[in-house]
Amino acid sequence: MKAATIEFRDVTKRYGDVVAVNSVSFDIGAGTLVTLLGPSGCGKTTILRMLAGLELPSSGTIRIGGEDVTTRPAAERDVSMVFQSYALFPHMSVLENVRYGLVVSGKSKAASDEQARGALTMVGLKGLDARLPSELSGGQQQRVAVARALVLEPSVLLFDEPLSNLDARLRRQMREEIRDLQQRLNLTVVYVTHDQAEAMAVSDRIIVMNKAVIAQEGAPRELYEEPRNSFVAGFMGDANRVRGIITRRDATLAEVQLGPITLSLPHGGAADGECEVAIRPEAIELRRDGSAPITATVRKASYLGQLMEYTLDTSIGPLFVISTAVDRPLAVGAAVGVALANHGVVVIPGGQ
Amino acid sequence: MTYRREAPSAACLVWLAAGAIGFLFVPWYSLHDSVFALAWVPRFTTKEAAPALWQTLLHGRSWLLPIGLVLAAGVWPAFVMKERRARAKALTAIGATGFVYCLLQGFAIGPPGWYFESLAANLPALPGQFGLGLGAVLVLTCFAMLFSIGLAGLGYFKGDPFVAASVVAVTTLVGVFTFFPVVRILISALQDAGGAFSLTAIPERLFAEKIWGLGCIAGSTRCGVAWNTLVLAFLCAAGCTGLGLAFALIATRTGFRYKGALRVLTILPIITPPFVIGLGLILIFGRSGLVNQMLEAVFGWQLGRWIYGLQGVLVAQVFAFTPIAFLVLIGVVEGVSPSMEEAAQTLRADKWRVFADISLPLMRPGLANAFLISFIESIADFGNPILLGGNFGVLSTEIFFSVVGAQLDQGRAATLGVLLLAIAFGAFFLQRAVLGRKVYTSLAGKGDSGLPTPLPDGVRRLCYGIAAPWALLTFVIYVMALAGGFVETWGRDYTPTLRHYVKAFGVEWSNHGLLWTGAAWSSFWTTVKLSAIAAPATAALGILTAYLLTRHRFAGQQAFEFGTMLSFAIPGTVIGVAYILAYNVPPIEITGTAIILIVCNVFRNMPVGVRAGIAAMSQIDRSLDEAATVLRARGFTTLRTVLLPLLKPAIVAALVYSFVRAVTTLSAVIFLVSAEYEWATTYIINRVVNGDYGVAIAYSSVLIVLMLAVIWAIQRLVGTRRLGRRAVGVAPGSIGELGGSAA
Repeated sequence: MKAATIEFRDVTKRYGDVVAVNSVSFDIGAGTLVTLLGPSGCGKTTILRMLAGLELPSSGTIRIGGEDVTTRPAAERDVSMVFQSYALFPHMSVLENVRYGLVVSGKSKAASDEQARGALTMVGLKGLDARLPSELSGGQQQRVAVARALVLEPSVLLFDEPLSNLDARLRRQMREEIRDLQQRLNLTVVYVTHDQAEAMAVSDRIIVMNKAVIAQEGAPRELYEEPRNSFVAGFMGDANRVRGIITRRDATLAEVQLGPITLSLPHGGAADGECEVAIRPEAIELRRDGSAPITATVRKASYLGQLMEYTLDTSIGPLFVISTAVDRPLAVGAAVGVALANHGVVVIPGGQ
Repeated sequence: MTYRREAPSAACLVWLAAGAIGFLFVPWYSLHDSVFALAWVPRFTTKEAAPALWQTLLHGRSWLLPIGLVLAAGVWPAFVMKERRARAKALTAIGATGFVYCLLQGFAIGPPGWYFESLAANLPALPGQFGLGLGAVLVLTCFAMLFSIGLAGLGYFKGDPFVAASVVAVTTLVGVFTFFPVVRILISALQDAGGAFSLTAIPERLFAEKIWGLGCIAGSTRCGVAWNTLVLAFLCAAGCTGLGLAFALIATRTGFRYKGALRVLTILPIITPPFVIGLGLILIFGRSGLVNQMLEAVFGWQLGRWIYGLQGVLVAQVFAFTPIAFLVLIGVVEGVSPSMEEAAQTLRADKWRVFADISLPLMRPGLANAFLISFIESIADFGNPILLGGNFGVLSTEIFFSVVGAQLDQGRAATLGVLLLAIAFGAFFLQRAVLGRKVYTSLAGKGDSGLPTPLPDGVRRLCYGIAAPWALLTFVIYVMALAGGFVETWGRDYTPTLRHYVKAFGVEWSNHGLLWTGAAWSSFWTTVKLSAIAAPATAALGILTAYLLTRHRFAGQQAFEFGTMLSFAIPGTVIGVAYILAYNVPPIEITGTAIILIVCNVFRNMPVGVRAGIAAMSQIDRSLDEAATVLRARGFTTLRTVLLPLLKPAIVAALVYSFVRAVTTLSAVIFLVSAEYEWATTYIINRVVNGDYGVAIAYSSVLIVLMLAVIWAIQRLVGTRRLGRRAVGVAPGSIGELGGSAA
């Protein structure tokens, strides 16, 4: 297999007056797994479908492996796709499903069968050739769908929310298998999901989409720790957003005043004056000894087994907090002190 | 990887070859016998049978030559030109030019030469020509296909030549066999007896006393046929909707045990020739019917012909069309989400309030739909009015008598046809509007976990009170209609006999083998044969159209959909008259042939095939096609390997349905039959008109039993197939759900 690069240049897709994808550009390196992440209706699936050739862009250019494929129909692209519903042909056996792409490409039955069996072995489904899709479990159906896409040795493999029909345990296992397969076969994979944890677990890079444009692009850690705008901060895990004031700044760091406390944080290009600060729930430390700079009252408390969730009223606004001190819960109405850790507190430069 | 690109040259080659064969070697004009009988081969050069090229060389029909030149010009873009876009443009232009020229010459020049006086006066006289034959059809097909390949090459239809060709083909066929006749009948309505256009004839004819007179209110004379038609349709629709609702409520909202029997009710109108109910009524309430005779014997009352007239037709139509209303309403009643009723119950509403405030209002669009469908069926009905109408004329019978009766006034028939068409379209658009408006019922097909609320006692009793006697009467009518064939003479001599069956369906062994001596065999075999030819064509056209409508988006799609559904709204008698007017003279001269009967059935039943196809295809997830596409399959391969196998049950249902509907049709074919090709239903109606009830009843019974056997056999043969989670099956048993009737 020869992994290919992908290039989107100013790609726009309009449906009548609705702009589904608005002048989006990005590059995907060969042999990497890149996730398109975002809420429903953000345009991520449209991008995937334009990559597959199931939709043609209204304007812009798409290149796969350096070749312009913008107007090339789906059947002529070297791309395969695993559908959200798996889209297994219900009237064909597992083997017939997997060899379908080879047969319609004009390959002989015998050679197709052999290759299809190879692909089925690769996804761990040896010996189920004759079954109908309806006789398989959800996880097995998923594997058939992957084998069917892999067998064509595409230079780009697309996944459209492949795990959304599986239960939570199977989901973790399948995403590890997909990641493993991608690295073993050195595939270029584009993966669409709305699940932030899933995206962080499998991806080399993540493209976060919001309202038809790219909100931010980067490695998982980069997005979580240095969100460029409040949408990304909120979408990549929970974040408390509070107002702060930048009082002093140098090249990289700024002094940010948050109510009674002052923190030194990377400003990421934010202007002087009022700014938005994201505080991760796990970055908030609860102190009962009165040593903390910020005082708070517990408004809500929920017990979740391995941790406690609190909503606090504080002088810098309401805060959502996760605490591992399950054995010493705070009661609603209790007074508590709040301190902030060094990591997990960031200035959001881009505002909205 | 090198991408597989199919050169459209292969397709061009095939179609150009077909066109060349059509132009050079196959008779250009239609022949008196079948072209496939090859009797024309020895007469290859005669002016009747010669192919186009010889027509131009030997018989002075030089206007055919340009067709050959355009064909030859097609070779250039097909095989020589390399640049994709220029090539596509050239193909489109050549296809369009050839096609339009072929049609123009056909409509401009007829048997006497120029059709139009203005042309004849200014241009040299021509030898004249006949209707288009196989050669012309091949050439026209070739042009249409070149045009489609060109369109696909220009990027229309996502560049898929198969889709382009399908759209062009369906559009052309619907244009020729639905639009053209309708336009023709409109034109005829504008012409006076001499054929000249006269705008004054229209209001004169349209508002004649015979059509719109209201004399009956004063009691002096009869009312106009238009009023008769409308009053009958309103009463019939009201009756059918009420009864249909009662049956639907019983079937879904009560503990009624014999729901299977109710399902049988839904198949009856499809397998029953449209006049059987009328026939049954005559046997019970007619002059020598059972009830009349009993009343006369016991009380000495002379009832005479009381069943003939509005009341008789109305009763027969309500019997005939209630099952259709029931079909519509059972879906609607089932669609009312039980959880809404349960919600109302939890909000302290009692059973009656739930029914009155929630269930009934939610059914309102469905009730309106059932009303309008029954209305349309009633105005289109021909069989019952002609049997039971007596002096009570409606538009459909009046049209018939204008054409075949002593009047022989095609202009009047056309005018009445246009009027009937206008009423039918009005109802049709109203129905579409009702359906298009807010649909309350959940159509997601998701299981609703609630239980339907049982009916309030009063409503339940009312439903049973209405439905039970009605069901019983339906049963009696069918029994009578079947029994009538086994007695000497109904009303006079009830001696059991098989005489009528022997007369109609006798067979004898002779020295020459089996002899079909029965009088009915000829029409029977014609009907079965032509219906068997029409059925696959109907199903194929319907499924293909459904595929185009559900799986593709293209410019003009709404107009396309409207065109394909149009013939559903055209009453059969109107189609019959329109076909006579349109196909009596060249360029399309097929009156009196088997072709016109096949074509008529195909295009009348096509909307049902389309609807069945759409229903089945919308149950197949689009991602299946997309998966096939991503796996390198093109439009036609996807259709063949993925969709068609999954659609098998729907295809079978469409096949059976179009066959059965073709066999039992009456209103349109009665205009189109000839001595050579007679239809079973027209044969029966002629027997009835001659008072020969025995044979008519025997024949009807045979048809009903045959249709039942066909449906049963197919159901056994195919069965219901379910494929895993996605229930794609449309069981043949549900063909009843395709709705419509054989009016």
